[in-house]
Amino acid sequence: MIRQRGLALALLVVLACGAGPARGDGVVADLSSHLIAITTGFTGASVVLFGATEGRGDIIAVVRGPERETKVWRKGKVAGIWVNAESVTFSNVPSFYALAASRPLDGLVAPGPAALYRIGTANLKLQAKPPATQEEAARFGAALIAEQQRDGLFPTDIGKVAFLGERLFRANIAFPANVPTGTYIVEIFLVRDRDVVSGQTTPLVVSKVGIDAEVSDFATRQAAAYGAIAVLGALVAGWLASLPFRSV
Amino acid sequence: MDIYLPIAEVSLDVFVLLGLGAAVGFLSGVFGVGGGFLLTPLLIFIGVPPAVAVASSANQLVGASLSGVMAHWRRGNVDFKMGFALLLGGLAGSVLGVWLFTLLKRAGQVELTISVCYVLLLGTLGFLMAIESIRAVLRQRVPGGVRRKLHQHNWMHGLPLKTRFRRSKLYISALLPIGLGLGVGVLSAIMGVGGGFLLVPAMIYTLGMPTQVVPGTSLLQIIFVAANVTFLQAYTNRTVDAVLTLVLLVGGVFGAQFGTRFGTKLRGEQLRLLLALLVLVVAAKLAYDLTIRPPSLFVISTEQP
Repeated sequence: MIRQRGLALALLVVLACGAGPARGDGVVADLSSHLIAITTGFTGASVVLFGATEGRGDIIAVVRGPERETKVWRKGKVAGIWVNAESVTFSNVPSFYALAASRPLDGLVAPGPAALYRIGTANLKLQAKPPATQEEAARFGAALIAEQQRDGLFPTDIGKVAFLGERLFRANIAFPANVPTGTYIVEIFLVRDRDVVSGQTTPLVVSKVGIDAEVSDFATRQAAAYGAIAVLGALVAGWLASLPFRSV
Repeated sequence: MDIYLPIAEVSLDVFVLLGLGAAVGFLSGVFGVGGGFLLTPLLIFIGVPPAVAVASSANQLVGASLSGVMAHWRRGNVDFKMGFALLLGGLAGSVLGVWLFTLLKRAGQVELTISVCYVLLLGTLGFLMAIESIRAVLRQRVPGGVRRKLHQHNWMHGLPLKTRFRRSKLYISALLPIGLGLGVGVLSAIMGVGGGFLLVPAMIYTLGMPTQVVPGTSLLQIIFVAANVTFLQAYTNRTVDAVLTLVLLVGGVFGAQFGTRFGTKLRGEQLRLLLALLVLVVAAKLAYDLTIRPPSLFVISTEQP
């Protein structure tokens, strides 16, 4: 089992580095675009994943956003009002997590490989920071996933990977309007007999472009100047708007 | 038509934002309150992250208040000396308040503190103002009603640094407006508002200023306190969304101009009663929200890397 995992991991690494796939059980895939550009009119986007397999098998694609430290608060009723009572901090929460598969996920992959490759939200291996107990980590972890699903950041619908003939496949990966920015990783797994036999990873960048990118870039790098300009801009706008009313 | 806000990182309908700005601007013109206490909760309600809503409405207040002050100034309804005294306290108070805000944020209790502060302050103020203005309205209906003393003398008149405020027809210690400004500055930084809704009643009832001079003078000090908060928020938290501010302002400044003209047509007592009712409605809504079971018991906060 351990050897098998090691082998699969090595394969992943080799494939990610661009070397040719092992004969007979490889998968090659790419995205229609490696950049999701967030512009002023951004209301969500979708990217086409396409590729080919060597030999039969099923495809599972995992899209994972950059990991962030995330704190989950639980509200409790104190003296008649709801307050943030307890909290657990997780150090490695993906900001986005979506799945696509060529068949319903149930029983498609054995629990071992699913856990190894973190397929499914149950296998995210969220790490709770001390002093959280194991029970708390499980309870708050489940709540975290439910919240992310509600916000559309962990879509509950599993995307459809469609095979065109025996070997070619394609899938639509949809991103909501509130998609976090950063470098995403798309992992494509070839599954045969409930085991992952091959895989490939490809990056995807979600980034603000154009005037919005410049504004947020400026706000981060030149915070003081941005603050001053924001104040000045508001003053000028206020003054301009009062001009037409001067004669009143 | 949706517009993407670069700092808030959400897409919102531009016409909803314009309308929101206009409505809040109108109120600010009528009452001389910045309207932040309505704008901030409404922005959060339509999906702007709370931290960005707080900082961006402070930025919006800068422009809206300037526009309001200009309109009041032309009518000679601004007491610059009083405004300056308030401002001295206000700037010190907002620095203190931003520091407190950071402490509360670390403890995860910012939102609760904001709501509880709103409920207590708005509830008390609204109640007192409503009673007072109803009495005033009734008194006017009685011909030849009881004539009151110009003002009562109490401990406040024994304070040093007595100063004459000509526009307000007052001769009081400068420490009073400075202290008032300080208190309002702290609260406004914590609650993310200009503080006009606290300042206006305090100026009328504590300092005894004539109602006509109050809105313009209050707006004058709000410009500077809001500018200070905007700058501190942009610098420390990077939460000021200039695009959001601009859209709100376009609606807001015009609303404020019409509001100011509407406000001068109303009598002082009616103005106060209307403001009292508005304040009470907001307080009741916030108090109700604190006690009902939230739709989700869990809240997520992401640490920005």
